[in-house]
Amino acid sequence: MKAFIPIPNGGPISRADIPHLPFDTFRTQALDIVKNGGKVVQFFAYEDGGTLKFLMVLRTHELVAAGCDAPETYPSLTSECEPFHLFEREMAEQYGIRPQGHPWLKMVRYHKNFRNKPDVFNNDYTQDIPGNYDYYQVAGDDIHEVAVGPVHAGVIEPGHFRFNCIGERVLHLEIQLGYQHRGVETLLQQVTPKRLPILAENMAGDTTIGHGLCMAQAVEALASVNVDDGAKIIRTIALELERLANHIGDLGALCMDVAFLPPANYFGRIRGDFLNLSLLLCGNRFGKGLVRPGGVRFDLNDEVRKTLNDRIEELKPQVEHVLELIFSASTVRARFEGCGRVSTEDAGHLGLVGPAGRASGLSYDVRRWFPTEWYGYLKVPENPKPSGNVYARALVRRDEVLQSLEMIQSLIDRPVTTRVVSGQMPALPPDSLSVTLNEAWRGEVSHALLTDDTGHILRYKVKDPSFHNWNGLAMALQDTGISDFPLNNKSFNLSYCGFDL
Amino acid sequence: MLSVLKNRFEQGYRTCNYPKEKPAVFPRYRGRPDINKDADPSVIQACADACPQDAIDVDKKRIDMGRCVFCGTCERVSEKKFVTFTRDFEIATSSRADLLTDGTLPDLARHSKQHFKKLFGRSLQLRQVSAGGCNACEADLNVLATPFFDLARFGINFVASPRHADAIVVTGPVSRNMKTALLQTYEAVPEPRVVIAVGSCAIMGGPFYGSPEVAPGLESILPVDLFIPGCPPHPLSNLHGLLRFFK
Repeated sequence: MKAFIPIPNGGPISRADIPHLPFDTFRTQALDIVKNGGKVVQFFAYEDGGTLKFLMVLRTHELVAAGCDAPETYPSLTSECEPFHLFEREMAEQYGIRPQGHPWLKMVRYHKNFRNKPDVFNNDYTQDIPGNYDYYQVAGDDIHEVAVGPVHAGVIEPGHFRFNCIGERVLHLEIQLGYQHRGVETLLQQVTPKRLPILAENMAGDTTIGHGLCMAQAVEALASVNVDDGAKIIRTIALELERLANHIGDLGALCMDVAFLPPANYFGRIRGDFLNLSLLLCGNRFGKGLVRPGGVRFDLNDEVRKTLNDRIEELKPQVEHVLELIFSASTVRARFEGCGRVSTEDAGHLGLVGPAGRASGLSYDVRRWFPTEWYGYLKVPENPKPSGNVYARALVRRDEVLQSLEMIQSLIDRPVTTRVVSGQMPALPPDSLSVTLNEAWRGEVSHALLTDDTGHILRYKVKDPSFHNWNGLAMALQDTGISDFPLNNKSFNLSYCGFDL
Repeated sequence: MLSVLKNRFEQGYRTCNYPKEKPAVFPRYRGRPDINKDADPSVIQACADACPQDAIDVDKKRIDMGRCVFCGTCERVSEKKFVTFTRDFEIATSSRADLLTDGTLPDLARHSKQHFKKLFGRSLQLRQVSAGGCNACEADLNVLATPFFDLARFGINFVASPRHADAIVVTGPVSRNMKTALLQTYEAVPEPRVVIAVGSCAIMGGPFYGSPEVAPGLESILPVDLFIPGCPPHPLSNLHGLLRFFK
């Protein structure tokens, strides 16, 4: 019997080479792999010549993929295995197919399906839908609900959170996103090629390089475009700068939430210094405009190299000292420790990725498992911290900040020349697939690009790490005080727009 | 305690002198575009063809800074013969039409409404609504509270409730799913209220223009008083817009 086959990260694959299984075989094999520790990387539907098909990419120690014809209704995989949960909800919303027996089937992003099929959720999309659905409810005399959002108190993205509480204690947090749905996946299939890099960069602004790289690598793989070493080094530096700025910002925000204001302010400012280093590289604080298929649009000339080196040397001791200040404060530890624990077992079941997964003892890191760009030549340490609480999530960030600084310093001194690219999009070959994975600062970002028989984009599937991790936040909140929510939320700092797409 | 003091000394005083002095930005920063009107029409056409945002008007030789995401493609295509991005971050305007620029911009202070200055010149409370986008605009609004920019020294703050606010700052292309929440927030702000559009998404849909899931621009929903272009606008652009318009 044909089975899931191994595929490379960021390689060109002929669609004909992907096994097309009978649905039952597809389902049984996928469940087998995931029950034996495999994780879901991509699981999505697409229309091909009037037929709806599934494609799934799983990871064990390697990436494996297979497809099948999609039935209009099918026995849910989630009912046996949690990591399929959101993927099945997403497909029900996008294509109007119903996973029978799904334990909590509700909308993801509130939009009409792509095929004009009857809506699985019985929504009327001529009406305003958001907020209009049955929340998960807990009943009892002492139970009360706290509803927050979509407009939050701070300057942050919109989402709706509903807490079921008994007194101060949270029994359950239900998270409903979708408010930022911009139709990104549909746009990617329709727009002129010149808009693709801009769209990729703007799926989640704080993950500009992460998503930009996935897009660039997918196009490069399909169009057989070679990227020179200099560009690979610059992209690696840019991805690490993105990681630094975000981790530092989040550590500062965590201090703000436990009212330890000095490091909150220092890291607020230092985060800006790292954003400015991205601006130094490419003219934009978030790295927009840097990565394009074929390489980078800005080189690392001697002047930039020197400024970058000088600034990092100046910032490094400051970062180290503020980290010492945070992690030596007993007040900070008292609030971080024991707060919002996600066990290794739960994290494994949910399929958490990135720092959130590592803080629960899962050592998975795309940079080590499926390295791209310059990571194959770099030492990326393992950072698992088994305790799974806010403290662990802060510790993972601390370690990664220090490691990223070292990685960047080790790369600056390599005077490798780069051929700057124009940003022109190459033509794509017909009937091909490329799946790319990168370790962005929140974890595994993955793009899957399929072309049709004329080389046009048939389906462009995007997965932000937040897609895996939002349920981790809900899990962390169970049985904690509701006043610990901000602290837990910041320790994950998940993307709304990356999820909403 | 000692380490707290030690760190405090190391950090020193970091607040910038803006608007008294303009802080330097790195050379690759792309701010207000300079336009050479004498450029060869074929060069201008090539820029327009390459522009991912379709922000270049070939006949009028103008760039729509509201559509532009400042990616620098036109500067490259024209080899600086048509467009050169300057380091000028003072690019906010009080009307959408002024963003269609031939390289010059009107003085924002002269166009701001006098009763706004009188009412909000000494104290301005802002409620931010994130209505789609990519969160970069929100991030660069948030940094205004950090010590370097220190927005609070001008009497300007972001507040938690629209009831406490004088103005709403809208980022993002206003997704279909955020329209109701945005309107409800706007209506909760007491009059007279100000609407500020930050970033190319809020101005015209940004990178997501053309999607049926987003509005064609905030102006199609609410009257906008202040436009701050950019993708995202540099924090100094935000600071300039707020200070020149209200002070």
